[in-house]
Amino acid sequence: MIPISTDTSASAAPAVELRDITKTFPGVVANKDINLVVRRGTVHAVVGENGAGKSTLMKTLYGMHRPDSGTIALDGEQVVLTSPSDAIDRGVGMVHQHFQLADNLTVLENVVLGSEPRRGGRLDFAEATRRILEISDRYGLDVRPDVLVEELGVGERQRVEILKVLYRGARTLILDEPTAVLVPQEVDELFSALRELKSEGLAIIFISHKLDEVLAVADEITVIRRGTTVATVLPSDVTSRKLAELMVGSELPTPETRESTVTDVAELVVSGLTLVDRSGRELLSDVSFTIHRGEVLGIAGVEGNGQAELVETLMGMRRATSGTVVLGADDVSTWSTRRRRESGMAYIAEDRIRHGLLLESPLWENRMLGHQTQAPNSRGPLLDIKGARKDTQRIVEQYDVRTPSIDVLASALSGGNQQKLIVGREMSSEPTLLIASHPTRGVDVGAQAAIWDLLREARAKGLAVLLISADLDELIGLSDSIKVILRGRLVADADPATVTPEQLGSAMTGAEGAA
Amino acid sequence: MSGRFNLKRIGLALAAPVLAILFAMLVTSIVLLAAGNNPLQAYSTMLQQLTKPRIQVNILNSATTYYLSAIAVAIGFRMNLFNIGVDGQYRLAAMLAAAVGGAIAIPAPFHALVVILVAMLVGAFWAGIAGLLKTTRGVSEVISTIMLNFIATGIVAYLLTPGRLAESTQGSNNIGTKPIPESGQVPGLAIIPNAGRNEVYGLIVLAIIIGIAYWFLLNRTRFGFDLRATGSSEPAAIASGVDVKRMVLYAMLLSGAVAGLVGMPQLLGSSYTYSLDFPTGLGFTGIAIALLGRNSPIGIAFGALLWSFLDNSSNSLEFEGVPKQTVLIMQGVIVLSIVIAYELVRRYRIRAVARDVGRQLAATAPEKEAVA
Repeated sequence: MIPISTDTSASAAPAVELRDITKTFPGVVANKDINLVVRRGTVHAVVGENGAGKSTLMKTLYGMHRPDSGTIALDGEQVVLTSPSDAIDRGVGMVHQHFQLADNLTVLENVVLGSEPRRGGRLDFAEATRRILEISDRYGLDVRPDVLVEELGVGERQRVEILKVLYRGARTLILDEPTAVLVPQEVDELFSALRELKSEGLAIIFISHKLDEVLAVADEITVIRRGTTVATVLPSDVTSRKLAELMVGSELPTPETRESTVTDVAELVVSGLTLVDRSGRELLSDVSFTIHRGEVLGIAGVEGNGQAELVETLMGMRRATSGTVVLGADDVSTWSTRRRRESGMAYIAEDRIRHGLLLESPLWENRMLGHQTQAPNSRGPLLDIKGARKDTQRIVEQYDVRTPSIDVLASALSGGNQQKLIVGREMSSEPTLLIASHPTRGVDVGAQAAIWDLLREARAKGLAVLLISADLDELIGLSDSIKVILRGRLVADADPATVTPEQLGSAMTGAEGAA
Repeated sequence: MSGRFNLKRIGLALAAPVLAILFAMLVTSIVLLAAGNNPLQAYSTMLQQLTKPRIQVNILNSATTYYLSAIAVAIGFRMNLFNIGVDGQYRLAAMLAAAVGGAIAIPAPFHALVVILVAMLVGAFWAGIAGLLKTTRGVSEVISTIMLNFIATGIVAYLLTPGRLAESTQGSNNIGTKPIPESGQVPGLAIIPNAGRNEVYGLIVLAIIIGIAYWFLLNRTRFGFDLRATGSSEPAAIASGVDVKRMVLYAMLLSGAVAGLVGMPQLLGSSYTYSLDFPTGLGFTGIAIALLGRNSPIGIAFGALLWSFLDNSSNSLEFEGVPKQTVLIMQGVIVLSIVIAYELVRRYRIRAVARDVGRQLAATAPEKEAVA
């Protein structure tokens, strides 16, 4: 341990003080002797690999479960938190990694949901709007109360989440991997909002495993490894390498691919793809590109600029308004999702929980998902359960999915292991084209390296890959060529050998094109 | 989880229904006590009914009907479709099938088969309307099937008049379709000894076959996998290539076809005519039993037998001076508490599995002791 500033006798009591917190689940020590001191008016980063115990710790602080031992003090007062609403009452709010917003409600309705302002038994939306605008102005959140949440981009949604917590009177904010879904410019906006918040005397706990960001925004950093706090350091005293060593005890992997494997055989040719929604808005405008066998084409873009629509149109989940999609020798433009999958398209979905898995089904049934019409999962109209189980076992071993058995529910696996199962599943059908949306989002460093290796291997064997990622290092490191998408159009090309994340970032926001 | 046996798994599966039944008995006991009756006495009177051959036959017969109804509902439930219209589907199907059965004369096994087929087609057609409305116009099947129930009632009343499909029964003011001749009747099974003329519906065999087919379809076919996948996560099913709209239509058609069978054991086994006193409301019983049996073919069988036992033993309560409606309270509380109990057990199970995985991984990899 490198203890720093645990000096509680100084001016004010710390916003949060955790002492010797231990939390065990039967057979598993999730947190052990955790010590954490967060002072008012600071951003305190908590870093650690996925599975290191960050989430358990934050759930403890947010009252989602009670620690077996240890104490929690908020603003110097020792407390026992029995529920999240208890935590909120005491000024602790949490912004979850997966947003908890109802798409079909407005920002205003989402914010007041659960704490509706009433006057004489009726909802007082005028008062709520006034308060939302006040909070929004005060902290520079730039939130419009009357817009439907489904119309918002990811960055805006996140600001709504933050506002929601502030609206409930939070003075201590927990942000769980807030930058995982943001592009560099949005990250900068978030960080300036955080600075605004801390200057107003809020305490911010910032959970992340992106070390550069942590170093940029945090006033103090606590590292968690294997369930316990191993160090608390000042950003000025450490480098990201030093932090990484504290976190994993080994070097961070890099996503760089070595030599080019691009062939001149076109595997996917997309021409003039246009998608217009019911209201006549163009979600995709005249998108054309070619991916060759052995090539990784990266799509860079601020989230919400048509990437999801592009992927869903390519997969046949949405019908293009015009344009063609040619896979190998077949024009698949009018084909169903199933037929496209059967003819060699594999799909790693952006949101594995929603699109990639049946959470309450065992792993072997998840092995079948998306491939239920193909061997070894079925023969004719009948399922081949034996075959599927055997092949699931193979995937688990070959792709290092950490699980005691293939009979456990998918929900029981960690995000990284779920993703490895999905990657293994999608690679098992010998695809010719892989559409990978954010393949390493929310997975730990080890799984990330494994997934990168798998993508590289598949590419070397001639797989064509469409890679969409918000992690620009990943995008630059893995891609053979990069195209930038902005408001449904491909607006710029970039050479991954020369482009920098900063250049890509400005191209993504419509500033002067990159290389 | 898998098809393998696992004591803990079975224990968890049984926990919810057993808890719900115990809770329902507790509530009923309080009601009985409040009304000045002796609950233990009442329960033992009901249990004694189990020993009577005639009651045993009745329990099996009602359970047969309930089972078919609950399977029809369960097919929809597995896909998050709430087919409230089983009631209208089976009444319309039974009435039209009875009319067809009374009008034709063909040799023995085929006569009954034609009646059954007509019933399935009518049921599927009626449910299919709701399916089409949902897939083409986005109308909630809950609304449309409730409406279709009313329309079915109207159609049945309209057609079941003398001069249309009905004729008056001699010596009574009941009216019904022309009786199905012997060639179309399904003989009963004398499998309960000492039951006298009371026989178990021959179509209990059909109910068993439907149960097995339901299990096979869901667990062993691609279609069943698509259906279950759609039920557990529609976005994931779409991404996996399932045509959800088509699945909705197919599921409604299947559910309706099975619903069409609900009236068959009674029609072909004892009444031979669809008359004004043909049982109604079986579709709603099916909803309760599908919930009780958690959409599993075995669970529904137990649920149907329990429900049938409660129904058929309720009359005996009158001898004890206990209103037989007490059983309705019990049934209601069972359904309410079972829904809650299943949800609690489901959540517990997800957590328990996650914990087990953590524990087993920790045991195999001691250096990886921390699991978030």
